[in-house]
Amino acid sequence: MADLHFLANPARFRRFSQRVLPSLAFATVLMMAVGLYMALIQSPPDYQQGDTVRIMFVHVPSAWLGMAGYALLAGLGASLLIWRHPLAALMARASAPVGAGFCAVCLLTGSLWGRPMWGAYWVWDARLTSMLLLFFLYLGHIALSRAYDEPERGDRAAAILALIGVINLPIIKFSVDWWNTLHQPASVARLGGPSIHPSILIPLLWMAATLLLLFVLLVLLRTDTEIDRRRLENAEPQS
Amino acid sequence: MSGFAALVARDLRLVWRRPGDVAVVLAFFVVATTLFPLGIGPEANVLARIAAGVLWCAALFAALLSLDRLFAADFEDGTLDLLLLAPWPLELAALAKCGAHWIVTGLPLALLAPFLGVAFGLEPRALLALAATLLVGTPTLSLIGGLAAALTLGARKSGALLALLALPLCVPTLIFGAGAVEALATGGDFGAHLAVLAALALVALATTPWAIAAALRQAGE
Repeated sequence: MADLHFLANPARFRRFSQRVLPSLAFATVLMMAVGLYMALIQSPPDYQQGDTVRIMFVHVPSAWLGMAGYALLAGLGASLLIWRHPLAALMARASAPVGAGFCAVCLLTGSLWGRPMWGAYWVWDARLTSMLLLFFLYLGHIALSRAYDEPERGDRAAAILALIGVINLPIIKFSVDWWNTLHQPASVARLGGPSIHPSILIPLLWMAATLLLLFVLLVLLRTDTEIDRRRLENAEPQS
Repeated sequence: MSGFAALVARDLRLVWRRPGDVAVVLAFFVVATTLFPLGIGPEANVLARIAAGVLWCAALFAALLSLDRLFAADFEDGTLDLLLLAPWPLELAALAKCGAHWIVTGLPLALLAPFLGVAFGLEPRALLALAATLLVGTPTLSLIGGLAAALTLGARKSGALLALLALPLCVPTLIFGAGAVEALATGGDFGAHLAVLAALALVALATTPWAIAAALRQAGE
């Protein structure tokens, strides 16, 4: 916690991120290359799903990161409202579109997988629907944080929204599950059996780690950009 | 508590002086529900099947439509500044505003909905169930909508933004509200649905006033 407070100063964060970013970017590219080789070439096709199972190597980590991103937003929102950390606002502003992007990737890859597997690009499955609603919550957060002429007001309003959203997420998830069991149409084929074979599981976890690095990289990079932008906006115009 | 009652009475008096504002919302509710049979077709069994969902969605939109002025007028004429300075909690003021909003929109919507349900061919039992779910569920809409209204106070394009913020948060209420009426028709457990709907209202009652007050404070800074 002490380290997080230490980084709450934008100038210090700047120095930290400048030092970390190049090696982080290098590591991400390297892991992505290895991960894509494992996922696309080395791992065997599934006995039922064939090569479409490879979509899962991107789809599943994206879903995890989409959800983790909202938890991050809520944490940043709390730290903005409680400690008034100036960096928390900038990082929330930077990370919301990244989280929404992973959500969108999850929905798009899911729909591409669903077409050959379920015979439809979209079904009103409980997990799909709650992911879509999470995406809407992200959109609300992004729109609200950018809706004010004074950016600080947008930051604080969005922080309150993220906290309320994170309380509501389990409720939304629960009610969508309930709704789905009520309206359950013809039963849908489920992914995989009771367990995942290591030949699939290892590339999956590797890709999850890779995409997590990518998430961190994008958030740090965009936070840097937000710091620059806020400085430009606050700079006195030269007369 | 006298401040709470005074604030509710003031908001009701303001609406009473300009009843057109409420009439427009109710008219929107009627017109919007009328559009669904026109768009979907007049088959009686289809309409009866979708009636609860349509009426619930229309009630949700109607409630949201009336929310963007909930705090905006007070924000513009300085009443909000006085509420912020007042010696009693802002959370109570937020609750009073949402309560007054519910009395002038949620309550009339719940009373009006059964009449529209008749036009959709709902049976009498389902009509009563529809009114009951709206009575229990619309307070949640007023509270969540009130939060969205407070968050978007002074924002650009606040009306559309308000809907974007409030609608995903209203999904559980919609599911259990419309689901309760359907449960009655299909032999499900109506009481359980109504109980969850009431639980959602209580959760909103316990959480949103604080969030609304926080949003109003940062708007007033």
